[in-house]
Amino acid sequence: MSFVLRRLASAVPTLFIVVTISFFLMRFAPGGPFNLERPLPPQTMANLMRTYQLDQPLWRQYVTYIGNAVTGDFGPSYVYKDNTVAELIGKGLPYSMELGFYALLLALIGGVLMGTVAALRQNSALDFSVMSLATIGTTVPNFVVGPVLTLVFAISLSLLPAGGWGDGSLRFLILPMIALALPQLAVFARLTRGSMIEALHADHIRTARAYGLPGRVVVVTHAMRGALLPVVSYLAPCAAALLTGSAVVETIFTIPGVGRYFVLGAINRDYTLVMGTVILIAIFVIVFNLVVDILYGLLDPRVRHD
Amino acid sequence: MASRLLNLRAALVLGAVLLGSSPALAEAVLHRGNAGEPQTLDQAHTSINIEEFILKDLYEGLTIYDAAGKIIPGAAETWDLSDDGLTYTFKLRSDAKWSDGSPVTAEDFVFSFQRVEDPATAAGYANILYPIKNAEKVNKGEMKPEDLGIKAIDDKTVEITLERPTPFFLELLAHQTALPISKASFEKNGTEFVKPGVMVSNGAFKLVSHVPNDNLVVEKNPSYWDAANVKLDKVVFYPIDDQAASVRRFEAKEMDLVYNFSADQIDRLRGAYGDQVHVSPTLATYYYAFDTRQEPYSDVRVRRALSMAVDRDFLAKEIYSGSQIPAYSMVPPGIETYGDPAKADFATLSQLDREDKATELMKEAGYGQGGKPLDIEIRYNTNPNHERVATAVADMWKNTFGAKVSLVNLDVSSHYAYLQEGGKFNVARAGWVADYADAENFLALNLSSNKTFNYGHYENPEFDALMKKSYEETDPAARSKILHEAEALLMRDQPIAPLLAQADLWLVSGRVQGWQDNAANQHLSRFLSVSE
Repeated sequence: MSFVLRRLASAVPTLFIVVTISFFLMRFAPGGPFNLERPLPPQTMANLMRTYQLDQPLWRQYVTYIGNAVTGDFGPSYVYKDNTVAELIGKGLPYSMELGFYALLLALIGGVLMGTVAALRQNSALDFSVMSLATIGTTVPNFVVGPVLTLVFAISLSLLPAGGWGDGSLRFLILPMIALALPQLAVFARLTRGSMIEALHADHIRTARAYGLPGRVVVVTHAMRGALLPVVSYLAPCAAALLTGSAVVETIFTIPGVGRYFVLGAINRDYTLVMGTVILIAIFVIVFNLVVDILYGLLDPRVRHD
Repeated sequence: MASRLLNLRAALVLGAVLLGSSPALAEAVLHRGNAGEPQTLDQAHTSINIEEFILKDLYEGLTIYDAAGKIIPGAAETWDLSDDGLTYTFKLRSDAKWSDGSPVTAEDFVFSFQRVEDPATAAGYANILYPIKNAEKVNKGEMKPEDLGIKAIDDKTVEITLERPTPFFLELLAHQTALPISKASFEKNGTEFVKPGVMVSNGAFKLVSHVPNDNLVVEKNPSYWDAANVKLDKVVFYPIDDQAASVRRFEAKEMDLVYNFSADQIDRLRGAYGDQVHVSPTLATYYYAFDTRQEPYSDVRVRRALSMAVDRDFLAKEIYSGSQIPAYSMVPPGIETYGDPAKADFATLSQLDREDKATELMKEAGYGQGGKPLDIEIRYNTNPNHERVATAVADMWKNTFGAKVSLVNLDVSSHYAYLQEGGKFNVARAGWVADYADAENFLALNLSSNKTFNYGHYENPEFDALMKKSYEETDPAARSKILHEAEALLMRDQPIAPLLAQADLWLVSGRVQGWQDNAANQHLSRFLSVSE
């Protein structure tokens, strides 16, 4: 317990440093939220800069931002003017998280299963086909996979929608979920295969076999536990990435999540929106790393937190 | 028995199918692709056409555009202009109502316009209404919003006084910035008035729901004065910034309308969808500006030579697959009050003749082969098409003058920030889309007093004087003539080289009725319907 509290306490300065660096880095980019293809007249620009307090010295803007952020006020979006950053993220996050959660399940279960099967049949045709699939999964980017899936299943076969969230039913989520999960599934499969092969050659497994335990028991209860360690460590960054949305997949399938805000915010110089997404992603990364460290303690007898 | 049951079932199914497809019961829904997520639904903050399409379905201004892009009466049924051209008196429709059933009053317009000019609102397009008396001073905080030249004479009469005669004022009133808001709603809800469930609107439709980046639904407004003639029950706007994704959703029959898709898709889409592909010339000019502050671009001969050497047909056909039109004038064709624009004199020559003349001019100016070396840097905002245009132009200048051309690109914000802040350059890409259908909107960009838009810092007192004269001229024909003279001067001096007149690309599904291409790119859902 004290381990968790200590970790949470150390997250605060980490978050603070991330916020500070992002805040100033972003301001180095030329232009601002109101430099558009169609330039604004000077008077309009002045009114906008004053309204959004962008005419203040940078240090003061920083102090104001931190002061507000601490109270949960992440400011208005400079571009999506009807909404605050908290509203935008609040509206989009459930979509990204739901889609990301399904994709994570698919990637994790599919990847571990495929990796295990490949390891057990090492160097067989099955192993080669699983591994080629994994290689394709990592090398073919999802901006290719996404449109190809749509062309086949939505336009040619008219089986599934080409995009949108619709009523949120499964048929709207299948294609984006696959596109999102595929690269991660490939990573999980490779990780599992590698560590499983290693685990199967470990001394305690040989001992278990020597005792005459059935093969399934050896694999599932003894080898799997050790083989899953690298998978679990990869789970943290993977979950953080999937649950906070992917700009590419959300754009291709027109999913109303938060993934796009990071990219759009940066392009539009929507400073507050970028800060909001940075904080969001940082929190997810910190939390999932913590979760994984706890899981590690449960899985690996060598690691004990107290 | 079994077969009887089967028949009964078949009859039931058939009945259900017939009922389901009966026109009296079917809801008429238009699935309207929109090129991105609206940044705001507040008329004071709107700046892009993504918002315009939605706002003009929700609200009705004093004047509006019909399906052909012509100005017609909107919330105002009639109007008068005083003889000095300075005072408009608008009579609102007696049956004009807000979606909550309350009447649209003159006071609503007064309040809305004052709010746009109030500097505290920081309206992005406050300058659209600057022709109204005192508007600029109010917007600068030098006068109070109450001093704005707009008055409610009675509940249904609005009087607007202008700073100076403004022949295109009725066009300005059709801009989305000039759409009214309900004063009562704003006083009650503040800036929350834009939200679904709160918004009160006076147009053909009212806001039902909005999921950012997924959809925005509006439905027919029963309180609208012309509701009897609105054929759609519902319009769903899909905000999709990825053009390829829009096309895919159109092909999957999920959307009836797609606005703007990649030009290299035109041929394929035409093959598959025939006349559902619309290429509609629009009021927008793609041009290169020369920095006239420095050598050699301060020399009119160099500018003319460079402009002439650009093969615009190649750009239009090869790079834009015919989705853009070669341009030789700053003002694009298609403005009713202006007619044919004044083109550069070399427009009539063949490209070969232009190149010969260009080489001669350049030699005369003492640059290029045998003269001083020509080192040209083209700046443009990052975009694959702009890059292809810049590469092609670089090649043309290299071949014609032996120039050394380099390319520099920055993202949109940085590119325009640099130009607006007066940054020095050689040649820079820029584009202009009309705010209102008038030649003045394009020509005023190059006034010497225009510190923001006159990127190349062109200064010609003669041009400035003609423009000034045009503002004072109230006779439309005489004014058009003056503007043509001004444009002719601009085209002679070529501080900017117009390259292409742009076109709007639309995919319009066969089930959409009432669609008309128009240069103003105005397509109110009110005039559309769908057939099954």
